[in-house]
Amino acid sequence: MADPRRTTLFETHQALGARCIDFGGWEMPVQYSGIVDEHRTVREACGLFDISHMGELMVGGARATEFLDSTLTNTASNLAVGDAQYTLMCNERGGVLDDLYVYRIAKEVYLLVVNASRIPQDLAELQRLVIEFGSTRTVNVVDESDNLSAVAVQGPHVNRFVNQLFTMPGLIAVEHPAALEKNQIDVFIFEGKDVYVSRTGYTGEDGFELIAPNEVITTLWGRLMELGQDHGIKPAGLGARDTLRMEMGYPLYGHELSEEVSPLEAGLGCFVDMEKSFRGRGELGHQKNEGTTRRNMAFTMIAKSPPPREGYPVWIGEEKVGTVTSGTQSPSLQAGIGMAHINQPYAKAGAEIEIEIRGRRFPAELRKKPLYQKS
Amino acid sequence: MSNIPDHLKYTASHEWIRIEGDTAVIGVTDHAQAELTDIVYVELPEVGRTLAAGEGCGVVESVKTASDLYAPIAGEITEINSALEDAPEQVNESPYDNGWFFKLKFSSDPDLSGMLDAAGYASQIGES
Repeated sequence: MADPRRTTLFETHQALGARCIDFGGWEMPVQYSGIVDEHRTVREACGLFDISHMGELMVGGARATEFLDSTLTNTASNLAVGDAQYTLMCNERGGVLDDLYVYRIAKEVYLLVVNASRIPQDLAELQRLVIEFGSTRTVNVVDESDNLSAVAVQGPHVNRFVNQLFTMPGLIAVEHPAALEKNQIDVFIFEGKDVYVSRTGYTGEDGFELIAPNEVITTLWGRLMELGQDHGIKPAGLGARDTLRMEMGYPLYGHELSEEVSPLEAGLGCFVDMEKSFRGRGELGHQKNEGTTRRNMAFTMIAKSPPPREGYPVWIGEEKVGTVTSGTQSPSLQAGIGMAHINQPYAKAGAEIEIEIRGRRFPAELRKKPLYQKS
Repeated sequence: MSNIPDHLKYTASHEWIRIEGDTAVIGVTDHAQAELTDIVYVELPEVGRTLAAGEGCGVVESVKTASDLYAPIAGEITEINSALEDAPEQVNESPYDNGWFFKLKFSSDPDLSGMLDAAGYASQIGES
């Protein structure tokens, strides 16, 4: 294995006492003050995450919109400039190559934010598809991941101070970040550089993701910590990011999603536009008509148990009906929670299941996503 | 720097042992609890079970991972800290006192030669 890569903020994390782990080939902070503390901080105040490991691909050119419509499951052509959507890229068999966010940042320019571990595959695949699309001169795919860093600032208090980051209005449409609606993006100037600011996140809380050139990210991080100080901001690691997303039932590539799992099986049908043609459409159309053989569902442990973990078998009576894809002890719900691929016809909210943990079975219940809702 | 009391013995797998007459009290070290992070579940062996030295006998689970627990010496389980069932966070808060795991009664004098003293354990975890 090659040495793990480090983000520009690595020294900042070390100075903050972060414990780091390898994540998709990156040495990333898993926690600073503690996963549970950081989780609660994001739910109640505000947490700051380094997400610079994520990939940024720029897709531009005269036929960029048409190309993305033919490549991704969701409809890029529905986006106005400054809007964003969650979407998926599938293989011919309808399996998920990656899940990603597409931001329309100009009429024919899109920013694609992809999973760190999938950057090389995504890039190669998109470049290959451009050739297949027959439009190498009018669609251009460029990997900006090495030049760009990113942070997510998430939690109910973020809105109180985020506007103070910038002195000038956004270049696309809005006066200041707090004027962005959910899934909108704008460009603001920070230290003379363009910073993409979107009202998106992976925590279920209000918040923003900021993508900036490497040379200003350390200053941007410091400024956010400073502005957020009186609002309870704390740095938060991938550990809390994982427990927060599990409470929301958000999928994580390599767990809920893989090349062997379709968006419909993952419960992401609302991000698949069956009215258009895209790669994998044939198989997904078939799955939609016939029904899928399994579906990813959330579940909650209903009695005291060890935390559920990926790979644990799921039972109904004497039939093994599925496998856990992600699990943890939920800091907000104070119970074991998770997600699991459940064979049909058992994937129904309210169904009583058992999770097998080290040879013993513990009762749980299938639930609709999200498991956590703000009171 | 983690807390490593001088009067205890330690294993390379991060358990501590305190000898009280013919009984050994066992828990995990301050360093281990900090590495494990927020402990949310502790599975302990049953009272009366006889364990060989090095035998797996329980599991400590944090939010992030599950880690096995080993019997540092051979003996019979005489008592477990059942308070951990409802308050596993005691392992984080008080690893050497309220966060103890179980007591083992040994029949012959236990072989502690493979155990580390405080200085040895500090060096093992890179804190000497």
